[in-house]
Amino acid sequence: MDTLNALVALANFVLVPSIAYGSQLALGALGVTLIYGILRFSNFAHGDTMAFGAMATIIVTWWLQSLGISFGPLPTALLALPAGALATALLVLATDRLVYRFYRRKRAQPVILVIVSMGVMFVMNGLVRFIIGVDDQRFADGARFIISARDFKEMTGLREGLAIKSTALLTVVVAIIVVAVLFWFLNRTRTGKSMRAFSDNEDLALLSGIDPERVVRITWIIVACLATVAGVLYGLDKSFKPFTYFQLLLPIFASAIVGGLGNPIGAIAGGFVIAFSEITITYAFKKTALYLFPVWEVEGLIQLLSTEYKFAVSFAILVVVLLFRPTGLFRGKAL
Amino acid sequence: MTLSRRDIILFLSVIGLIVLTGFLQSWNVALGIFNMGLISAIMALGVNMQWGYAGLFNVGIMGFVALGGLGVVIISMPPVHEAWAAGGIRVITALLVGGATIAAAVFGWSRMAKGRVRILFLVALLVVGFFVYRQLFDPAVIAIEAISPAATGYLGGLGLPVLLAWPVGAALAAGAAWLVGKTALGLRSDYLAIATLGISEIIIAVLKNEDWLSRGVKNVVGIPRPVPYEIDLQNSDSFVSLVSGWGLDPVPVSTITVKLAYAGLFLTVLALLLWLAQAALSSPWGRMMRAIRDNEVAAEAMGKDVTARHLQIFILGAAVCGMAGAMMTTLDGQLTPGSYQPLRFTFLIWVMVIVGGSGNNFGSVLGGFLIWYLWVMAEPGGLFLIEAVTAQLEDGHWLKEHLIKSAAHMRHLTMGVILLLVLRFNPRGLIPER
Amino acid sequence: MTGTTGAPFLVGAGMTGGYGHGVNIIFDCTIAVDKGEITVIVGPNGAGKSTAMRAVFGMLNLSEGEVRLDGDDITSLSPQDRVAEGMAFVPQTANIFTSLTVEENLEMGAFLRRDDISRTMEQVYALFPVLKEKRRQAAGELSGGQRQQVAVGRALMTQPRLLLLDEPTAGVSPIVMDELFDRIIEVSRSGISILMVEQNARQALAIADKGYVLVQGRNAYTGSGKSLLADPEVRRSFLGG
Repeated sequence: MDTLNALVALANFVLVPSIAYGSQLALGALGVTLIYGILRFSNFAHGDTMAFGAMATIIVTWWLQSLGISFGPLPTALLALPAGALATALLVLATDRLVYRFYRRKRAQPVILVIVSMGVMFVMNGLVRFIIGVDDQRFADGARFIISARDFKEMTGLREGLAIKSTALLTVVVAIIVVAVLFWFLNRTRTGKSMRAFSDNEDLALLSGIDPERVVRITWIIVACLATVAGVLYGLDKSFKPFTYFQLLLPIFASAIVGGLGNPIGAIAGGFVIAFSEITITYAFKKTALYLFPVWEVEGLIQLLSTEYKFAVSFAILVVVLLFRPTGLFRGKAL
Repeated sequence: MTLSRRDIILFLSVIGLIVLTGFLQSWNVALGIFNMGLISAIMALGVNMQWGYAGLFNVGIMGFVALGGLGVVIISMPPVHEAWAAGGIRVITALLVGGATIAAAVFGWSRMAKGRVRILFLVALLVVGFFVYRQLFDPAVIAIEAISPAATGYLGGLGLPVLLAWPVGAALAAGAAWLVGKTALGLRSDYLAIATLGISEIIIAVLKNEDWLSRGVKNVVGIPRPVPYEIDLQNSDSFVSLVSGWGLDPVPVSTITVKLAYAGLFLTVLALLLWLAQAALSSPWGRMMRAIRDNEVAAEAMGKDVTARHLQIFILGAAVCGMAGAMMTTLDGQLTPGSYQPLRFTFLIWVMVIVGGSGNNFGSVLGGFLIWYLWVMAEPGGLFLIEAVTAQLEDGHWLKEHLIKSAAHMRHLTMGVILLLVLRFNPRGLIPER
Repeated sequence: MTGTTGAPFLVGAGMTGGYGHGVNIIFDCTIAVDKGEITVIVGPNGAGKSTAMRAVFGMLNLSEGEVRLDGDDITSLSPQDRVAEGMAFVPQTANIFTSLTVEENLEMGAFLRRDDISRTMEQVYALFPVLKEKRRQAAGELSGGQRQQVAVGRALMTQPRLLLLDEPTAGVSPIVMDELFDRIIEVSRSGISILMVEQNARQALAIADKGYVLVQGRNAYTGSGKSLLADPEVRRSFLGG
């Protein structure tokens, strides 16, 4: 029984949150990796693109709520998501047209594009702060829990509860759908294949008559959708605060690099590696240990690292990968 | 190199802007801008060494600046003797054990034969080392932080003159830069960017959470000054009689005097660094650096150890940023770990370097002053603009209220737009490299 | 198919030019390909063989000379536009999409086509049966010779009238080379004209209808493959006796 309790505690505080957080990171890392694969630079504005997408969705959500429209047990934000993604797509397409295209034509070095993306980050950050401010915004509605801790205890008779927030399940389901659609698109459609071809060998793609500008446009639209979905899911699961999205940049880049920059499967794997490590290492194992070894006098929380240092976990993994396998677990570079 | 007439006019214009602020607003504000402008210029100088000389992309400036601030606390604050008695030695021992574990791991990794034994040994060493470290560290920290937490709750510093903290701050930043550089240099340029971004977040997290070291978010205040206090000047008979003799009020003059004293110190450091940077740039070493930047492959083929040179310049640049950070904390008289924001301390410095002219030291100095001035002025300027635009709307209109409330965020937008415009239309900056 | 009678199918006449704004590499160089024939460019290292072929394909700036395809002046067309006009180019290196499957490589070759490509794909598979076996494998996992087959196959998917091959046998074993040459003959028999740059001059001239020997960016010898092989001057200078 105590072993079961220990497992439930572990599932409740490590497994479920890691899966949800991992899905959010994976979606973010996919965006970064797609830009890297097609446009060949690390997009520092990605965190703020996510913030913009989430913000656009929140505003539409508020509007829907004010009209009295809801989505039953699901959050209204899901209804607003397409509108948010559309707004974000328009923003990034405009950015590409006004900013990035110039450097692409000049065949500028990647590092110049990274600096340019820093400027774009400033602008997007300013836009988001300007429109919605810097404060926390809660916009989740609908059912709070699939299973609450109390229900679970009553159902099973265990002492430990397993709470599954509806947003956690939603995150996973939406992430699976989005990733499935993305992979179907990349592997089964002519346009998706042309994107992979372009990422693999730009010159040969040109010789085959693939229009680079079209590939770039479609990439931005996909990235905008991914960023919006990731941003909204993260906001629903935690809360929306513009600055936290900037801070997500580090774990997102760590995920993408750990998996292999430019490799979508790697980005997903990397997202879960980072999420699981971050949460496991900052989890206080005291409860679990008490169940498993009741005779052991437990001192302290048995926490490897305090939660404030979760960035250090992404960073440490990143460093290890850079030292021992700079191309990432899945050998990056092409889509 | 000498400054052209155009460059001198640019410098004079920026100084003119600040002087104008003195006349229109107050000399106190103008000198405040000037002092932070000096510090910004030094930060920009450090980043320019890395980017302009060597093409290294550092996104962790904030971390190096904050380490400089920590240096000030460690050097200049009086030691807290009870805390040292409670756990000082134990904390130091714990840190040494931690460091020794890592050193042993690195040593073992390089000396042992490849294979499963090496991996097992390494994992065992790290795990055991970690737990020993925590066993020593945790109780010591609890003991230190229990010593009158409202007033101290940390080890304090060495109680040495604060000016000594400036080179120490530089050394701390250099140490961190060595760690990052060892890992990420020699790989793709984006990797260095991500690694520096990570280390800077971690440094800030350490400052915020290791209360025994930096008091965390409780801040360290009352850092000793290298210059006199206003109140002492006001109480000094000779000062009061001198100032009154000129027919001036001693109170405002005392604050200005203090600011001028800081300005003198900062100006000295800036001049010294600028002179050193210029000398380095025109030396054979500087020429080699630029040769490497312009064609890494060719330089490597000529037998230059590119990664080692890059590490060198990366550490130097970080040290300059660390020194600027120490100077800033000295000027503030307090260390507030919660106030370090990447947009302010990393990306704004980048705007300074790019706008000023990457690769040109004078350009960086100019960019430091100009962008700092704009950063300060963007907020009231934005408010003024928005009030002008919304003048037609009645008071209390929701849009007007919202816009006026948001005016403070105009500066990010402004800086981003400035950066993008300069990169696009004048990528070599105001004073280009020559 | 309305070319002026007697004029070659493709001709690059009096071409002088180089890359970017750098120095000229080829000088008053003329290359012509007759319909359905194999034409080979040979010569010592650095003679500008590949450059001459790229000039024909529009990949460098010509200061003098013109390129005509089937009677039409295409001198000012970009390489992409020349693909649309029925030219296909197989570069010497990086000529496949390594992370795509063999079949996807062929599909990408036919990217511009809007009609049914399955027949062309069957023709390519008939020509290179091994590719059909490996159609679901990533092209980067194949051997050197097989990669070259993928590269040629990708180019054939555009249903070109003219195929340009830049050293198709570079880095493959002699057996594979013979096999590749056999396939190239087969391609030309299907009515596709071929222009090929080759390092293995003797073998290439043996299958060529026409050959050009370039020296220092200029035409040195021109003739049928057989006559060049028989020319004692050519033999002594370029074929090693």
